[in-house]
Amino acid sequence: MIFSFDLLVNAIVSGILIGGFYAAVTAGVSLSFGILDIVNIAHPAFVILGSYLAYVLNVSLGLDPILASIVMLPAFYALGAGIYQVYYLSFEKRGQESLRGLAFFFGLLFITEVTLVLYFGVDYRYVEARYIGPTWHLGPIDLPLRILVPFLVSLLLIAALELMLTRSFIGRAMMAVAQDQLALRLLAIDPIRVKRIAFGVSIASASLAGAFLIIIQPVEPSVGREFIGRVFAICVLGGMGSLPGTLIAAMMIGIFESLTATFYGPSWAPAVSFGFLLLTLAVRPAGLLGR
Amino acid sequence: MNELLAIDNLGKRFGGFVALDGISLSVRQGERVGLIGPNGSGKSTLVNCICGTLRHESGAVRFDGRRLGGAPAHRRTRLGLARTFQLPRPFASLTLLDNLRIPLLYTVAARGRGSAPEVEARGLALLREVGLEAKARLLPRDLTQVEMRKLELARAMAAEPKLLIADESMAGLTHSEVEDILALLNRLNAAGVTIILIEHIMRAVMSFSQRLVVLVSGRKIADGAPDEVMRDPQVEKAYLGQ
Amino acid sequence: MRSDVFFLVCLGIGAAVFAAALALGNDYLFFAGYVVAQYVVLATAWNILGGYCGYVNFGSAAFFALGAYATVALHEFYEPLPVPALIVGGGVVSGVVGLGMGYLTLRLRGAFFAIATLALAVVLQTLVVNWDYVGGSRGAYIMRPETIAPLGNYVRYLFLVMLFLAVVAVTAARVIERSRLGYGFATIRDDELAAEASGVPTLRLKLVATAISGALMGMAGAPFPYYIGFLQPSSTFGLDYAVNAIAMPLIGGTTTWVGPLIGALLLGSLQQIATVTISSAVNLLIVGFLLVGFVIVAPNGIVGLQRQYIQHKPVGLVGRRRLGADAPGSAS
Repeated sequence: MIFSFDLLVNAIVSGILIGGFYAAVTAGVSLSFGILDIVNIAHPAFVILGSYLAYVLNVSLGLDPILASIVMLPAFYALGAGIYQVYYLSFEKRGQESLRGLAFFFGLLFITEVTLVLYFGVDYRYVEARYIGPTWHLGPIDLPLRILVPFLVSLLLIAALELMLTRSFIGRAMMAVAQDQLALRLLAIDPIRVKRIAFGVSIASASLAGAFLIIIQPVEPSVGREFIGRVFAICVLGGMGSLPGTLIAAMMIGIFESLTATFYGPSWAPAVSFGFLLLTLAVRPAGLLGR
Repeated sequence: MNELLAIDNLGKRFGGFVALDGISLSVRQGERVGLIGPNGSGKSTLVNCICGTLRHESGAVRFDGRRLGGAPAHRRTRLGLARTFQLPRPFASLTLLDNLRIPLLYTVAARGRGSAPEVEARGLALLREVGLEAKARLLPRDLTQVEMRKLELARAMAAEPKLLIADESMAGLTHSEVEDILALLNRLNAAGVTIILIEHIMRAVMSFSQRLVVLVSGRKIADGAPDEVMRDPQVEKAYLGQ
Repeated sequence: MRSDVFFLVCLGIGAAVFAAALALGNDYLFFAGYVVAQYVVLATAWNILGGYCGYVNFGSAAFFALGAYATVALHEFYEPLPVPALIVGGGVVSGVVGLGMGYLTLRLRGAFFAIATLALAVVLQTLVVNWDYVGGSRGAYIMRPETIAPLGNYVRYLFLVMLFLAVVAVTAARVIERSRLGYGFATIRDDELAAEASGVPTLRLKLVATAISGALMGMAGAPFPYYIGFLQPSSTFGLDYAVNAIAMPLIGGTTTWVGPLIGALLLGSLQQIATVTISSAVNLLIVGFLLVGFVIVAPNGIVGLQRQYIQHKPVGLVGRRRLGADAPGSAS
């Protein structure tokens, strides 16, 4: 392996950029798992769904994929709210959310993925946009726009979510519901409604993340699976529900994956995030910026 | 009478919150000790630390001459240390009889006594002692709160302990039910079981205890004969305020 | 019914099934039957840790694949051993890995344990993919003999072996369920803290469950290279095995040995029929829908439905474990 400084710098920068995108994908899980304690392992499948819907709108209407995903936000929000309602009635109410809740989302993962396969087939799909293709150069550093643009919009997304959680009433209600549901009820706030909104926002973020994904790389239905470990690794590493923590953790994983792929080969990359996950769980389950 | 349980300067914190601050306590074989204190004073935390459900940061616990160290809870139960949980935690998918079978199989039988029919008979006998024999084949969810507390007690008794810590076993019971449980505990004590009774029902604690220990905000503020302790001005202040 | 009698009865049933297949003569039945029997083993194995103890293992595929790759490695390293020996070998490898995994992960609470198993599965998969000795990502070819006397087609022998393994697995599950170990498992599922306080050595029991579960899955995987001929990491480690291993016990019923058996027989057969008549993608769609449907509507599975509506027995709160921290009591 020829070690070159350029290669190293580019690997790190690329890792940071991808990390920003990973954070956008994980943001939804930070909400659902980190704050609401709902193990939605189907989240990556919803991201892929977002990718495909962005693809459809891009191909048929020529809509920019990110704009397309924004158009789909209400639909995804409704999907999330609906899923939570079913989840609540079937599992949380009965106190069976551990085994059966997990199985429920596992089933949703498969249903979503296979439906996409049946509808779209297993060919890779990609979108067209003006910023997919050109690359900016900053000295020795390459900044492909197709990664840079999603990176920037991801940062916006994370910032917006963080603002919502810390400044808005409903956001703070979400943080409160994670800590003390009874207290919330005593304040005449329905915790179920708050959780439903939170989960809706979580799935809505998947729509945007999906657009980012298909801008960065071509997508086919099973691509979501490699994100399951990544997303939970980042969520746990980032402190379970802390969005700034998620961002930092995501970049860390992005950098390590990039370095591994560059210097050891891409076939080792999946082991990075999953290995990180195991390490974190074994050593410091509270994560880097843990609660 | 020798010392069965020796707690030496036990300390436990949860993050920045000090739940137990240097608790020292000694319980002799065969004693009846009452443990009282306002809510949040650390009584259940102390029980959890003694029984191994929680790890304490400082101090030591000796049971039956042995230092317990980091021994897991199940080992302590096998050594003869049993407890009830303040909020009953029955095994929800098992019948009442099966609930009792667990400690019988894993504690008593593990000591080398107990074939299957013996275990069953012993389980039924225990249920009879707490008045639940008729419901032996039912599930815990068919029980009232009060019956669940009795099951909790029976399950602790099933482990044939040397020391039994009863954590608020009488909450919500009627006068006569409290008398029943007291009689049961007295019988156990007469048979040689050392008992630590944690309760809020003062007349039960006063009549039962040979010695009274008072815990306030994680510290032991009194330890002596029940009448003397209750006259202690610090104890009065803790319960009645200033 | 005593366990040895049960074992003999099951052997009898298995022999009858095999004889029926021989009589019908269609070789496809053996291929399909092998898969169904394999799923009986996988589902039963999963249920020992998942249904009895309440610890959800998403990495079932990894143990299955380890058994398969142990066979491949032995092939490369040594020489083709008889299938029963391979099964034992696969079982040992997967059992040991299961033990190791348990040691690493069993101190984690419910959801984290499940995620950790998934992570471990991917790490194992990545290791295998990068291990050229067993073919890496290119895959590995295993030549199986065409025929074996006196059965004829080699696949008939494989089916026979897998049938026997299924009988062993089901009997083992039943023995465990009725033993002290089974009671211990149930307490771990219901309330681990109370179990410890009652004298149950929970960590040790969980390790036993993980080892047995892993070993059985490895045993199911050991003959797989012979069955399929060409082994590929992506499909062998695939989530498809994971979802089936979970769906079958959940649909059948998780508290008893009957559940995984019913689930595997029903779902396995359904999938074989669907693959042949429609497509293999629809397979997983069916599994997904059935899983979601049953988990919502009939959380105790088919066994639970039968108990509730046919026997009118009260159904226990099976599988009641909270994901949140097991806080010991409340502050006092």
